[in-house]
Amino acid sequence: MTLQGWFLILSFVAVLLALTKPVGWWLFALYEGRRTPLHAVLGPVERGFYRLAGIDPAAEQGWRRYALHMLAFNVALLLLTYAVLRLQGVLPGNPQGLAGVPPHLAFNTAISFTTNTNWQSYAGEATMSHLSQMLALTIHNFLSAATGIALAFALFRGFARREAPKDSRGGIGNYWADVTRITLYLLLPACLVYTLFLVAAGVPQTLSGAVDLVTLEGARQSLPLGPVASQEAIKMLGTNGGGFFNANSAHPFENPGALTNFVQMLSIFAIGAGLTWTFGRAVGDTRQGRAILAAMMILFLSGVAVTYWQEAAGNPLLHRLGVEGGNMEGKEVRFGIAASALFSVVTTAASCGAVNAMLDSFTPLGGLVPLFNMQLGEVVVGGVGAGIYGFLLFAILAVFVAGLMVGRTPEYVGKKIEAREVKLAVLAIAVLPLAILGLTALSSVLPQGLAGPLNAGPHGFSEILYAFTSAAANNGSAFAGLSAATPWYDGLLGVAMWLGRFFVIVPMLAIAGSLAAKTYTPQGAGSFPTTGALFVGLLVGIILILGGLTFLPSLALGPVADHLAMIRGQLS
Amino acid sequence: MATTEAKRLFTADLIVPAIRASFLKLDPRVLVRNPVMFVTAAVAALVTLLLVVGTDALDVAFKAQLAAWLWLTVLFGTFAEALAEGRGKAQAASLRAAKAELVATRLHGGVPQQVPASGLRAGDVVLVVAGELIPADGEVIAGVASVNEAAITGESAPVIREAGGDRSAVTAGTRVVSDEIRVRVTADPGHGFLDRMIALVEGAERQKTPNEVALTILLVGLTIVFLIAVGTIPGFAAYAGGAIPVVILAALLVTLIPTTIAALLSAIGIAGMDRLVRFNVLAKSGRAVEAAGDVGVLLLDKTGTITIGDRQASELRSVSGASEAELAEAALLASLADETPEGRSIVRLVRERHGLERALPDGAEVIAFTAQTRVSGLRAGGTLVQKGAVDSILRANPGAGETAAATELRRVTDEIARAGGTPLAVARDGRLLGAIFLKDVVKAGIRERFGELRTMGIRTVMITGDNPLTAAAIAAEAGVDDFLAQATPEDKLALIRREQAGGRLVAMCGDGTNDAPALAQADVGVAMNTGTQAAREAGNMVDLDSDPTKLIEVVGLGKQLLMTRGALTTFSVANDVAKYFAIIPAMFVALYPALGVLNVMRLETPQSAILSAIIFNALVIPLLVPLALKGVAYRPMGAGPLLARNLAVYGLGGLVAPFVGIKAIDLVVAGLGLA
Repeated sequence: MTLQGWFLILSFVAVLLALTKPVGWWLFALYEGRRTPLHAVLGPVERGFYRLAGIDPAAEQGWRRYALHMLAFNVALLLLTYAVLRLQGVLPGNPQGLAGVPPHLAFNTAISFTTNTNWQSYAGEATMSHLSQMLALTIHNFLSAATGIALAFALFRGFARREAPKDSRGGIGNYWADVTRITLYLLLPACLVYTLFLVAAGVPQTLSGAVDLVTLEGARQSLPLGPVASQEAIKMLGTNGGGFFNANSAHPFENPGALTNFVQMLSIFAIGAGLTWTFGRAVGDTRQGRAILAAMMILFLSGVAVTYWQEAAGNPLLHRLGVEGGNMEGKEVRFGIAASALFSVVTTAASCGAVNAMLDSFTPLGGLVPLFNMQLGEVVVGGVGAGIYGFLLFAILAVFVAGLMVGRTPEYVGKKIEAREVKLAVLAIAVLPLAILGLTALSSVLPQGLAGPLNAGPHGFSEILYAFTSAAANNGSAFAGLSAATPWYDGLLGVAMWLGRFFVIVPMLAIAGSLAAKTYTPQGAGSFPTTGALFVGLLVGIILILGGLTFLPSLALGPVADHLAMIRGQLS
Repeated sequence: MATTEAKRLFTADLIVPAIRASFLKLDPRVLVRNPVMFVTAAVAALVTLLLVVGTDALDVAFKAQLAAWLWLTVLFGTFAEALAEGRGKAQAASLRAAKAELVATRLHGGVPQQVPASGLRAGDVVLVVAGELIPADGEVIAGVASVNEAAITGESAPVIREAGGDRSAVTAGTRVVSDEIRVRVTADPGHGFLDRMIALVEGAERQKTPNEVALTILLVGLTIVFLIAVGTIPGFAAYAGGAIPVVILAALLVTLIPTTIAALLSAIGIAGMDRLVRFNVLAKSGRAVEAAGDVGVLLLDKTGTITIGDRQASELRSVSGASEAELAEAALLASLADETPEGRSIVRLVRERHGLERALPDGAEVIAFTAQTRVSGLRAGGTLVQKGAVDSILRANPGAGETAAATELRRVTDEIARAGGTPLAVARDGRLLGAIFLKDVVKAGIRERFGELRTMGIRTVMITGDNPLTAAAIAAEAGVDDFLAQATPEDKLALIRREQAGGRLVAMCGDGTNDAPALAQADVGVAMNTGTQAAREAGNMVDLDSDPTKLIEVVGLGKQLLMTRGALTTFSVANDVAKYFAIIPAMFVALYPALGVLNVMRLETPQSAILSAIIFNALVIPLLVPLALKGVAYRPMGAGPLLARNLAVYGLGGLVAPFVGIKAIDLVVAGLGLA
């Protein structure tokens, strides 16, 4: 580890913390439906949408209605994507003349982008036409992100509602208004600026196909190009992670240098961190948001420390062969160890899944951290919206377990946590172990599953485990080393993605509805304190024990066994 | 206190029936009410079955020990519940004795007839004379009697029960000591107060409280998550080219699921109710006890709770035109026949301060205090002395109303009221002489109690019939947060509704019939046992000692119950870390020998590690039974420090204790060669 490396990591955290309030403040304006400076220009567009679709943006929806509209919209988009992918061979915008996508891959990809996972079982430049990229995929990059943020808003409202008027009792906002406002006033303008920055930094933005050229050695090479910068912007900001190129952010056209790398990492965390401030402001006490962010940062920095330490320490097997230094296998020399370690922890802590280095080539414990981050449910900052609502589910359980210890019915930010909330939170949290462990176990005994991993032993097991973890947590990063473009994996990973997204969302929305209908209990000296260091410690503890312990057996048989074999000098 | 309590926990006459009951509770139909323990029992049955038919390579002695400890885990849980119930049953038995075979004298159309008490119906009228037991709950409709209620309250000094007013309720099983009363029965057989009390202390009617339900859901959820975690291990192991014996998986599952808290959960609830009963407060439901912990506002009656019941005369204030000696003499005369504590304190004051002493003049006519005139006094030798509230005196002497003396009297009495006193005006033959300062004496130490409540985040509101000036002064002296002066029953009800609309839970106590609506509206309504039947029906708790101060302790007991549950849940969840580190390396070391480094406790062999974890998991239940029954230590303090303390003890303690415990057990297991 170097001083320079730590300087990078700490300055990343410092800039992120400085961004939290301004971003959170902007999000709060959208949460409240307040007028922003952009309304002067975009206001007519927003109203036009509502008129066209016949929506009253002020009509409050109960949780069932909110959930139903959200699901219907997502299923419709899913079907649209599936159709476009299957038919891309006959559709325009296909300069490379690519054929239609096979059914299992189209199924997997459609779910993958709808669920904000962006798991890619294919190489984008060789599989997807420009039309598919722009229409079928990029649209999800915006809408799945906007949906995530909208859902977080809905849960915030559940906590924040004081005395609901009788007719809108239990209302948690309007899905259509939320999604429209977030897309129009946040994602689109931010991405416009971001894209211009990326273009300036050297990222291509063109509608032309590949460039054929002759290299210095005289070889002929086809260099694929496309509208890269625009996709890159939303890929990061919306924690989507689906790259234009197969190599993702390790590709020089996606991520040309140190500055773009730093900005990309920041943009992954920006909205997620900002939402903690928005939450605090929504419930009337910004310290509540700060406590959540503090707990997230403790988990995050611990993860970064382990990964950076392991990667910098390198592989003892290679040391013995006289190769000094840290583990550079699978890393871009442009970024080096610290920036790659930091990027990989950021991308898995959030549900982004973009990568600037190959995780499969990380040391076992260095790769364990990204895996563990996702198994916790990506609550460390997390995906846009999904991170904070996942975190709040843990907060509900933490408050319930420990809250009784102050001798009162547990309450969080003034809302009592009772049987219904506990039931729904447990339901939502149990989805991840079921999808990850269940499907991994299935794939590690059946021949279709066993055909996937390219490596034997614990490393091969890690490859399967990582794939299901990444899918169920809606991350989308790939460990690589798994041949996932088979009907078995395309199908099961698709199921995992669907479970991991919507089977968490529906109970979460039910909690929001139940909380919204509750009377607010004023906070006093007898209330469970949810702002101090004590609560931060409690949250970290509960997340590690309830969220993490479940995965200990699988981690022991995968990365831990892998690591122990490595330090003993075995190739496993 | 702690040691005598502990002794009472473990006497042979409680333990032996509890052991018998703990086996009876193995009935699956009973066990299924506690899903975690049901799963544990199912696992124990499976391991026992595999002991017989299993084909794995494990040592039979090892498997037999595992099966034995799994069954013990279940039994320890049922034992804890049986023990908690047993303590209540012992109490119920003594209550039943009071009820045994009562005979009643029923008045049928005025004709007395002997019937068994079980034949009485609500609406019947019975006659009870000195020496007899009251056959059923009811209301006195005629007569006055002193009644010994020791059977239900444990207090042997008799209390007065009389027709009309707020002391008319009588309870079956109590004994009339003097005089005779006619009682209208208000409860059908089996539905009386005593019957309810017996059912409550026995735990027969026990329903899960809202918090208990939520906690059970969490425990079931954790069990499901751990079922997934353990159930998928065979698949992972198969990938690694091995197989894990089912017995080992069973052991892992049982150590991970929250058996500790699940085993103790109902015992904690029963013991919480029991503590309240020992405190002579009867909660009609567990829900009420829980609500007590959540209370945010306490409504306290001034008299008897904040001040000692009797006011003391402390000063005489004459108005101009009357000498102090004149006032003193009139005050003395007016109080000579007044046997109330206040009246006697006036006689004492005049004697001590003014050296006056008089006997009751011959032929004097005593004017008794009535609710209509609100004036008392004496007419003797052609002169009339009166004392009473200022307004009442002025009303009784219409001519005095417009005089300068009246204006001055009003000023003086206002001053007295502002100082927290109650003024009594004195008049002689229609002439206003001055006022007596009756001082309310605030109870010693009550100010500190309110301070404690404030640190706990509970507001206190004093309820009084006094005027706002007096109320404000006493409120300031006693240190309550707020007061409601000249409170009518409607005011009380409105105050409770207002607080509840603001999201705060309200507790109050009351005794009169006009308190009933407020008692019913309050989240915690403690009715005094001396109160009317209506009040006792409306409240969700009854204080057998009729001590309104107890409301504060009731809140403490409610909090203690919730804290005990939270503490043991946290402890149980924190335990899992160490158990994982005991079993995971032991389980996987055969697949990847390198995983032995995870055996941070350096446990002897894989088998001894697994057995030690199971033994620890079982033994921790009986070790925590005393804590579950007594409740965690409770001191009034703010939520912040309380959480810090409990988190350190039960969170960190729960993390560390099993590492030490499992290691110690492993040393014994290995030393004895058990595995």
